[in-house]
Amino acid sequence: MLQAEVEETIKRIQSQKGVQGIIIVNAEGIPIKSTLDNSSTVQYAGNVHQLLMKARGMVRDIDPQNDLTFLRVRSKKNEIMIAPGIEMYTQFLLG
Amino acid sequence: MSSKRPKSKEASKIKGKGHPDYIFPLVLTSATQELFGCQADEDVTGENPYKLLKKEDIIKDMKTRASVSDFSPVKQLVLDYPEDELLLVFDRDFTYGQSFYLVLTVEAKENILKPSVEGDEEQMEHEEKEEEMIVPKTPESHPWISLGSEQEIKEESVTESRPRLRYKISPLQRRCGAPVCFSDRSAQDGKEGFVECPSYQDKSFSIREMEKHTAIQASSDTKNSSTQTLWKHPKNIWTQYEPREFSLEEKEHHLRSKNLKNFITSVLIRFEISLQQNYITDVFCDDWTALCEDEGALTGKTETQLKEYQSFMDLHFSKEKTISHVHWHPTISGVIAVAMTERLSLEERIDNSTKLLLNPSYILFWNFTDPINPQLQLECPDDVLCFQFCPSDPNIIAGGCMNGQIVLWDISAHVERLQDTRSGGKNISNKLDKNETPVVRYCAVSGIENGHKAPITDIQWLPETFELSKLGIPVENASRVSVQLVTCAPDCCVLFWDLRPPRVVSHSLTEVKQKSEEKPLENPHGVPNTFKHLNLTWKPFIRVSLPKLGSSGEYSPLKFSLRDNTVDCPSGDKPLQNAEREEGCGFAQLRVPSAKQQKPMENISTKLYVGTEDGELVYTDWKMEKDNDSGRLLSTKPIHRFLVHDTLVNTVTRSPFFKDIILTVGSFSFAIWKEGVTNGPILMSAFSRTMRTVGHWSLSRPAVFFIGKEDGSIEIWDLLQNTHEPSQSQNISSAAITCIRTSCISSKQHLLAVSDRLGTLHILQIPWTLRRSSNSERQIVRKYFEKEEERLEYFEKRQIKHEKKKKEMEAEEQRKKTELVMPLKQEEELEAEALKEYEQFLALEKDILKNMGLLNETEDSSDM
Repeated sequence: MLQAEVEETIKRIQSQKGVQGIIIVNAEGIPIKSTLDNSSTVQYAGNVHQLLMKARGMVRDIDPQNDLTFLRVRSKKNEIMIAPGIEMYTQFLLG
Repeated sequence: MSSKRPKSKEASKIKGKGHPDYIFPLVLTSATQELFGCQADEDVTGENPYKLLKKEDIIKDMKTRASVSDFSPVKQLVLDYPEDELLLVFDRDFTYGQSFYLVLTVEAKENILKPSVEGDEEQMEHEEKEEEMIVPKTPESHPWISLGSEQEIKEESVTESRPRLRYKISPLQRRCGAPVCFSDRSAQDGKEGFVECPSYQDKSFSIREMEKHTAIQASSDTKNSSTQTLWKHPKNIWTQYEPREFSLEEKEHHLRSKNLKNFITSVLIRFEISLQQNYITDVFCDDWTALCEDEGALTGKTETQLKEYQSFMDLHFSKEKTISHVHWHPTISGVIAVAMTERLSLEERIDNSTKLLLNPSYILFWNFTDPINPQLQLECPDDVLCFQFCPSDPNIIAGGCMNGQIVLWDISAHVERLQDTRSGGKNISNKLDKNETPVVRYCAVSGIENGHKAPITDIQWLPETFELSKLGIPVENASRVSVQLVTCAPDCCVLFWDLRPPRVVSHSLTEVKQKSEEKPLENPHGVPNTFKHLNLTWKPFIRVSLPKLGSSGEYSPLKFSLRDNTVDCPSGDKPLQNAEREEGCGFAQLRVPSAKQQKPMENISTKLYVGTEDGELVYTDWKMEKDNDSGRLLSTKPIHRFLVHDTLVNTVTRSPFFKDIILTVGSFSFAIWKEGVTNGPILMSAFSRTMRTVGHWSLSRPAVFFIGKEDGSIEIWDLLQNTHEPSQSQNISSAAITCIRTSCISSKQHLLAVSDRLGTLHILQIPWTLRRSSNSERQIVRKYFEKEEERLEYFEKRQIKHEKKKKEMEAEEQRKKTELVMPLKQEEELEAEALKEYEQFLALEKDILKNMGLLNETEDSSDM
């Protein structure tokens, strides 16, 4: 049941215009679910995890009561949106 | 001599202590002392040793006691003394050797007296006063006072005390010059054989060294020792890693967890917000770079004029000739081909027909490097009105003649010459050949019976992507070589020709073998055998006639335009062909494939636009239909026909940027059409005073096209600037323009080839403004065309509405008229009707009052 909901939500985002793929990663950076191929998933997961740790650390360092809610990395060709969970999951999709 | 030394020493001793010259020590006897009153320790004491004696007294004393006087040694000195008083000093301490001394000079006297006096005074002052500051004075130079050092020097110097002794020794006289007898004697004979001077230790010279200088150097101990290190040889080591992944079960476990679901639902909103932001504004669009369209028109002069680059006029061949058609060589830049025809009207042609037969016409190839001599001449059977290079093989040229024949040339043998001359003629050996232009004879001509009956006015190659079958259906072209031509002539038909030999149904194998064993005949004039199979037997495989719409008869086409023609538009989407093609693929080897093998292509449009002699533009389909009754192939009726121009249409060209935009040029006006729009032309120009002879789209800018006129000027039309008049007009020559062609040699140089009726070919440079298109120009022009299309539609709609309205108005009028005809009702009837109504009203009133209870009881009671 819950799985179905999750699937549905993922499909909903995936169907939006301009979205190339979605990856769900756990707290350690290990991908759980992805709509891209395996090698790309692994590459993205590894790189994004480090960036996310750094960004979160920075935000927390400046103000310990603050926390990172959303991270957008915009490059020349596309944009990566990263949403960290509360110590649990991170989801990012490529626009 | 040595004895003198001690004496001098003594003397110096004495003198060292001794008195200066002005002091003379005296011994004064007691008698003298009494006489002069200077008794020792009585008159003169140590404290007051000075006594002044009168000179007269001393002289007197000397006189009286003569030599006994104590003063006798100083007699002369006293006499010489200038003053009267001499100083006598009691020398208690015997400083000068005697008890008294006499001061002989005045100055000394003064000095002795004064300092002592001064010294006493000073002493007294010292006792009384405090110590005075002694002011250092710079020493003043005094004359040198001899203190006896001269004597020392004199004594030190060695002088001769006696004259030197001289001895002369000489042997006896008798011994000199006498013969002498020498004898030997051994050195060791006796003791007197030799004189020995042995060394001996002389004790007087033994010197004991008290001090000795030695050098000492300190140095450290050096020690040699060695060690050995372990040498480990390098080894390649690698590690391999792989990313951590979850197994499938774990993944599913995670996916099912509630945490994940919550997380996703919470996070989803953020994603949607950011995605929405991205939709609203295009984040990847850089406004700054998109702002500037023109990359800096930094050229100082805004050149808008076409500059003359070169002009070609052949004196030998182009006398009284005109250029009918111009075509750039598709691959070799700087080479342009020109068709020369006679400049005569029809009557004159007929009159001079015999002369014309002797005067063959040519197609000339010009090269930029040589403006005087053409590079190549192609011989034509008759005047060529139009020609074109084959798009897949630039060595094949097809031309349409005045007599309705198609001519084919193959210039493969001379291509090197064309390319060579581009380099400027570096080979001197070729110069001899250059003076004569090589003449290339045509390879093949079409058969006269089956060809056109009128001069061929337009010829085009079909692109190599497709070919046509017998029915006119475009099918896939397996050989990727352009093999088919389309021609049109005012004899009311459009013909399709195939370059390959027709399919011959071979009845027996022997016949085929015989044919293959026959040796090919050698062609005269060195003509290549490329099209031998076609020569004089060539006939078209499709004949499209143009029956008139709505009336009998046929259209007579002058120019046509196909949709998928890529020859004139190098900027099309099709990729550039490789210049090197397999040489072995000759046209003779190609065979028309059987109809079953061919695959029809869907997206090729089979429709073409044809401009006719009467000024009409006909839109027709070239596919043949099979007529059910007779079984023959017939062409369909044209789809559309537009009568726009008053006189013949001399140009029908498609825009290289938009496949469905066509420019047609008539004599006094031109029009732009869009394929599919049947209402009329999108743009129709105003009528001009001078005739327009030719039109051509620009290859670099979508909105620009060139119109050539009869007075030799070119109009440059820019649709973005003006649509009612040309943006520029420039006069090129004095005769009418016959053909305009553009070529892009490089991005910096775009050339326009303009030929005129006098036979001169002008090459002009297109200025930067006309060749540089802005980024959005294509879109703008497209929008403009769409707008015009809408305008046409709107007009039509309005027209329809207008008509409708008109109809309605008429209908109403009609109705009004019929209404007035109705008959009048009679008066009586009207009155009866009115009465009835009134009675009805009274009854109604009664009822109402009754119901309301307002009716009088008297009426009721009266009834009772």
